[in-house]
Amino acid sequence: MNSTSQNFQQGLNTKRIYSTRSFKNGLVTAILGLATLLVLSPLVSMLIFLIKEGASSLNWDFITQLPKPTGEVGGGMANAIIGSLVLLSLASLIGVPLGILGGIYLAEYGTRKFVIWVRFAADILNGVPSIVWGMVVYAVFVIPFKTFSAYAGGIALGLIMIPLIMRTTDEVLILVPQGYREAGYALGLSRWRIIFSIILRTARKGILTGVLVAIARVSGETAPLLFTALGNVSWSHDLAQPIAALPLQIYTYAISPYEDLHHQAWAGALVLMFLVLSINIIARYISRRKAYN
Amino acid sequence: MNAIEELKNKMFLAANVQKNTKQQITAFEIKNLKLWYASHQALFDVSIDIPANQVTSIIGPSGCGKSTFLRALNRMHEVTEGARMDGSVKLFGEDLYAKNVDAAYVRRRVGMVFQKSNPFPSLSISENVLVGLRLNGISDIKTLKQRLEESLRLAALWDEVKDILDRPGISLSGGQQQRLCIARALAVQPDVLLMDEPCSSLDPIATMRIEDLIQTLKEKISIVIVTHNMQQASRCSDKTAFFYLGRLIEYSDTRTIFTNPMNPQTEAYVSGRFG
Repeated sequence: MNSTSQNFQQGLNTKRIYSTRSFKNGLVTAILGLATLLVLSPLVSMLIFLIKEGASSLNWDFITQLPKPTGEVGGGMANAIIGSLVLLSLASLIGVPLGILGGIYLAEYGTRKFVIWVRFAADILNGVPSIVWGMVVYAVFVIPFKTFSAYAGGIALGLIMIPLIMRTTDEVLILVPQGYREAGYALGLSRWRIIFSIILRTARKGILTGVLVAIARVSGETAPLLFTALGNVSWSHDLAQPIAALPLQIYTYAISPYEDLHHQAWAGALVLMFLVLSINIIARYISRRKAYN
Repeated sequence: MNAIEELKNKMFLAANVQKNTKQQITAFEIKNLKLWYASHQALFDVSIDIPANQVTSIIGPSGCGKSTFLRALNRMHEVTEGARMDGSVKLFGEDLYAKNVDAAYVRRRVGMVFQKSNPFPSLSISENVLVGLRLNGISDIKTLKQRLEESLRLAALWDEVKDILDRPGISLSGGQQQRLCIARALAVQPDVLLMDEPCSSLDPIATMRIEDLIQTLKEKISIVIVTHNMQQASRCSDKTAFFYLGRLIEYSDTRTIFTNPMNPQTEAYVSGRFG
């Protein structure tokens, strides 16, 4: 028996080959499953812990009442919930348009040499500790106007959002195949028309994800708000005045010596998480309507 | 004597008029077209007249400049960074590269269909057809509706999609998607349709449908088609141009090119000896 026919014989031994293959397949599937489990377990355990600690203090009062003066039991975080929503809206007003427009510039308009540096700068800005943003806004906005304010807080959070959204928009737009742009040109459309009416629509989902990730990221930021929005124990009726925010309130309560306030802090964290979750769900729902693929 | 001269003149004129009407109207008149991508020259001195209401196919091996040539006809090469051209391209006598002529205007008159069908994924079938009109500012519902049906009928797609106009364009089959792209190009009512290997990713039946479609379309507009498939060129075109290494080697009636080419290179290519 020569070697060729031996190989052929081995080739016919399909049973053995398939059993090793299915073993390898099973092994890799198991490893991947384990990795998924490892990633998910801290997330899930955090969620369970959060609900366990926070749910007991979470009641109607908590989301409708103002905080009680220190020492009294009860009260809520209504002002902080609204404050967080106000700050996130202000931040989005600054961060979303500037971030998306910047991303469009990087992906569609910029000259290659310049774009490399802008991307580099944006990546560095994404790595800047959030407290630095707070200090910058404190120096250039809070000090000149001589007051902490919702505006300052919104600006600080918005500035954090800009490079984040800019880079995700940039990357999503680059993934849109060149063929769609060419098809647009071939119809006699102008460049901005193609970008704003066709390419952005095609990349809509990816851009939305980038925006939501940015909102989720800044919604939990505490440090930049310490120097800007400051916090407020009551309602604020003026955006030029200090405003309460959930992360600030959580921070203040968590470092306090009272057991009751600790529970309130947990409840605040729970509310913050549901806030981000609802923003996600609502945004996805809106973008899903009359949208393909 | 004078009367005879006059009669002769009249007869000459009449004969001339007859000759002119028989003669093809020229769509594209291209003179000394040269094109570079950065420092690489892709086209060398191409001069060619492309007739109106006929199908002209461009054949040649890969990299011979046929797609580049096609792109120069509607200024699509300008989208590529570093591309520049020299020479003149006239469409029905109008210089497409004149200083005051806008590239977008040129592309509305000279539509294009690409190798890979590319319906916009975020748009429905009807939106895909009408996108060129809508984004060029036409919003009259009646006109749009009419143009939608007209374009889809011309592209031989109407019967298949008339009940599913709101479905996404990319839900169609490959051949249907390519016809959708043809309908989209036709909706802006161009004078010429450029097709860059429109059937290269389609099966034989879908290819046949598009070839049939080309035959009916040429009554309305002029068609220039780039193809790798020599059978396709011989089946569906009236004129054929053979390109090699960025140069126009031979241009003639399709039958002549395939049966009795003048140039040995053309003969070698169409008989399958190289390329």
